Amino acid sequence: MFGDDIVMLSRMQFGLTALYHFLFVPLTLGMTFILGIMESVYVMTGKEVYKDMTKFWGKLFGINFAMGVTTGLTLEFQFGTNWAYYSHYVGDIFGPLLAAEGWMAFFLESTFVGLFFFGWDKLSKVQHLGVTWLLAVGTSLSALWILIANGWMQYPVGAEFNYETLRMEMTSFADVFFNPVAQVKFVHTVAAGYVTGSMFVLGISSWYLLNKRDIGFARRSFSIASAFGLASILSVIILGDESGYTEGETQKLKLAAIEAEWETEAAPAGFTLFGFPDQVNERTNYAIKIPYVLGLIATRSIDEEVKGLKELRIESKQRVKNGMLAYAELQKLRAGDLSDVTKQAFEEHKEDLGYGLLLKKYTENVVDADAAMINKAANDTVPKVAPLFWTFRVMVACGFTMLFIFAMTFYYCATRVADQKRWLLRLAVWGIPLPWIAAETGWFVAEFGRQPWTISGILPTHMSVSSLSAEQLWFSIGGFILFYTVLLIIELYLMLKYVRLGPSSLHTGRYCFEQNATAH
Amino acid sequence: MFDYETIRVIWWIFIGVVAIAFALTEGFDFGVSTLLPFIGKTDIERRVIINTVGATWEGNQTWLVLLGGAIFAVWPPVYATLFSGLYVAMLLVLFALFFRPAGFDYRSKLDNPTWRNAWDWALFLGGTLPPILLGVLVGNLILGLPFHLDSDLRSFYDGSFFALLSPFALLCGVTGLLLTTFHGALFLKWRSEDVIYDRAVSVLGVLGPMLIVALAAVMLWVFNGIDRPEITVMASTSAPSNPLHKTVIGNGAGWLQHFMQYPWMWLAPIVALGGFTMAWLLGKGQSRMVAFMFSCLGVVGTALSVGFALFPFLLISSTNPGSSLTLWDASSSHSTLLLSFWITVIFLPIVLLYTRFVYRIIWGSITEATVLKDSHTLY
Ligand code: HDD
Ligand code: HEM
Ligand code: HEM
Repeated sequence: MFGDDIVMLSRMQFGLTALYHFLFVPLTLGMTFILGIMESVYVMTGKEVYKDMTKFWGKLFGINFAMGVTTGLTLEFQFGTNWAYYSHYVGDIFGPLLAAEGWMAFFLESTFVGLFFFGWDKLSKVQHLGVTWLLAVGTSLSALWILIANGWMQYPVGAEFNYETLRMEMTSFADVFFNPVAQVKFVHTVAAGYVTGSMFVLGISSWYLLNKRDIGFARRSFSIASAFGLASILSVIILGDESGYTEGETQKLKLAAIEAEWETEAAPAGFTLFGFPDQVNERTNYAIKIPYVLGLIATRSIDEEVKGLKELRIESKQRVKNGMLAYAELQKLRAGDLSDVTKQAFEEHKEDLGYGLLLKKYTENVVDADAAMINKAANDTVPKVAPLFWTFRVMVACGFTMLFIFAMTFYYCATRVADQKRWLLRLAVWGIPLPWIAAETGWFVAEFGRQPWTISGILPTHMSVSSLSAEQLWFSIGGFILFYTVLLIIELYLMLKYVRLGPSSLHTGRYCFEQNATAH
Repeated sequence: MFDYETIRVIWWIFIGVVAIAFALTEGFDFGVSTLLPFIGKTDIERRVIINTVGATWEGNQTWLVLLGGAIFAVWPPVYATLFSGLYVAMLLVLFALFFRPAGFDYRSKLDNPTWRNAWDWALFLGGTLPPILLGVLVGNLILGLPFHLDSDLRSFYDGSFFALLSPFALLCGVTGLLLTTFHGALFLKWRSEDVIYDRAVSVLGVLGPMLIVALAAVMLWVFNGIDRPEITVMASTSAPSNPLHKTVIGNGAGWLQHFMQYPWMWLAPIVALGGFTMAWLLGKGQSRMVAFMFSCLGVVGTALSVGFALFPFLLISSTNPGSSLTLWDASSSHSTLLLSFWITVIFLPIVLLYTRFVYRIIWGSITEATVLKDSHTLY
């Protein structure tokens, strides 16, 4: 339908800008909670150092927050600018979720963030604490709504095609809201944000400890981060996303691709720890397998089988054929044949209408597709295995590394010897990028693995784009590259500057680098 | 609860409310940013100006985010057609908005004068380009946009970015900028003392008449020089949304007749011009709050004039009138409109309540002493 370059450029632009937004989002999610915890301790104990902690880590949070807002605006615009047909096709479901996010979350965070910074002398202690927590709740609510929207794209429930309006319409808000895929996604992603905040505070505090500066301040920050981080990383790993996979057909394809599972294996399936997936010959070379584990992860049982890609492709092919029937009936309905027979025939196949639309890439009319086209469409439903296989393993590796870091720091905090474990402090500093790597690769798995769909099984990516020209896309991509590069350099510069200054940037006179430094 | 027709009208009103809230609040933020490099001569003066909106600009901007989200939820085809059709213009608005969060937040984090001066101009751009571009956009809503829908309801845009810059649209752009700047000057006057106050007053005196003349010129132009399409055949106002089920002719009875047909609509342009005139007359004198409130009235009247004029159109197609989108055939489904209605009815008052709370807490004049006292926390 549209030139491949338009689809490719639109995907690239959305993917890159979303990944860029998600450099700042997890830190906001995590830091607001950590600020809430620090300030709660301040209100309960009255110790000034906890107030300083809230203010200093709050400064770093502020530098990050500004970028979160800037880059979020881009995404909000982009559904309309770049995915116009998508917006028309699923706006009835997707739009309200985005609007709910605006009402419930964006207003909360953006209204109270000002008071968080400027309200210290204007509010009582408890009032200010309330503001901080509202900010934290606001950010997590924002994640809730957008992840319900995104979860719906992975596993679209509670909606149905309407032939009169030629789009999907919501049939049950409850189904959309309690979508199991969305719920696990929320827990996993938000907990990933808490891990990010913890790792950030832990790493920077470790650096202060290694340099023997602001010891009291750093040690307290370190303990809070290690305790909160341990709880969060356990939630990320234990409450991972796996359970969502038993739900939809396309999710099964994604899972099989992550595991490079070409053939259906007898239960319980083994987990491929390592290997080189080969898409052309449909096998994995040099595979190292751990027995049972895949079956456990994917089905939470040892007697259900995990379907392989080859078998799933055969199922897809059947659905493409059904989709052609659905499309044929839809054409009749649109031509004004509203007889019961036609309606019923459409109802019968309409679940597979989206599979029929996959054929639009090869023939405008869909109904005249030949066997070769049907095969191609079925082939398209199989994701590219190697990128998914590798990124998934990177995420998991980061996860277990951080589990180790948090477990050790927590243990040594509890036994009060963390300051002396210099190897661990160093590891914590070097570990700072890990949560970002994990989160970015995680999104890659989730979104790239959904291909060729924007809405799984409903709307193919190649149909979702706006009617634009390549020049327009190059203009916007160029703009993003320019602005985002400059902004990132500025952000990192400020962040590093304030990290180096440490709590002395508060100008309280109590910290190192200040003339009359008293406490150290 | 409400039938389909009623809820469609309710949503037309709600979107209007959100758009007005955006124009009122972000309007003065934009205006203050436009005035920043001119009214503020020294660093400390500029910090005073920035901090008059510092604690609240973020919440105000959320009205824009919500406006986008609400149009997406309520009129998906409008969201799709407008944003993709005006691709370059929308991205320019977006890029201009990029300057704001970083500008506010990063400007005073370094002492370097070059750094601060650069950010001041960035803030200027971030507050000046959007009202011009949005004004141009409103102008084009009235002129109609060159787009059509195919039988799958996919929208195609048949114009270019530069075609948007017709003389009428440019006049609307200038009016948009004058409006936010005038409104912002009144806000600045309300929240400042001494030099800044004096300069805001003198700026007001000049901007007021310019705004009133520009606005009146736009109105005259609309009534005398622009075609208004007219729906000749339409499905019922509670039919499923499909914009292709109607017939529209390109040059109907005209904008003046449209207002004649619903005489109460004249209230809107009268309030617009009257509000700004009062705001100008009072603003030149001692009045702070009352003058600002009249300016708010002017903004409300302006926004209503646009909405009333277009009714029942949302997006007019200039090249293929039959593809025009109206509130009767471009909305979401009945149940989605109801769902969004309840969310809004619950959360709109809550948002207004806590926004009021925040303004009460931070309210008061900002002076150089205020800024110096909290030099390391304030913007
Ligand atoms: C898991 C969390 C999450 C995810 C997946 C997304 N966002 Fe986001 N977004 C946030 C979590 C968040 C946040 C934590 O709430 C932010 C980050 C920093 C901030 O200011 O709020 C935010 C800011 C933010 C803003 C600015 C809000 C304001 O003005 O205060 C907008 C408009 C969006 N986002 C829109 C989107 C869209 C359209 C997304 C989907 C493509 C998206 N975000 C993905
Ligand atoms: C939660 C809300 C989100 C929604 C509604 C959403 C929606 C979309 C859409 C419409 C596309 C383009 C169509 C497609 O390629 O299928 C896309 C692609 C993509 N998104 Fe998301 N996205 C969301 C969040 C994110 C986040 C936060 C990230 C990254 C951190 C992300 C990463 C990507 C990537 C990498 C692609 C490109 C995939 C590809 O085309 O191969 N997404 N997403
Ligand atoms: C260690 C074990 C982990 C497992 C088993 C795991 C599992 C998964 C899976 C299966 C997905 C894909 C979901 C989909 O396709 O929709 C995913 C996505 C994701 N992961 Fe992980 N993950 C782990 C660790 C982490 C860590 C440590 C982080 C970050 C700190 C993280 C952040 C994310 C994010 C942000 C996404 C995308 C959003 C989503 O789909 O939930 N993950 N994870």
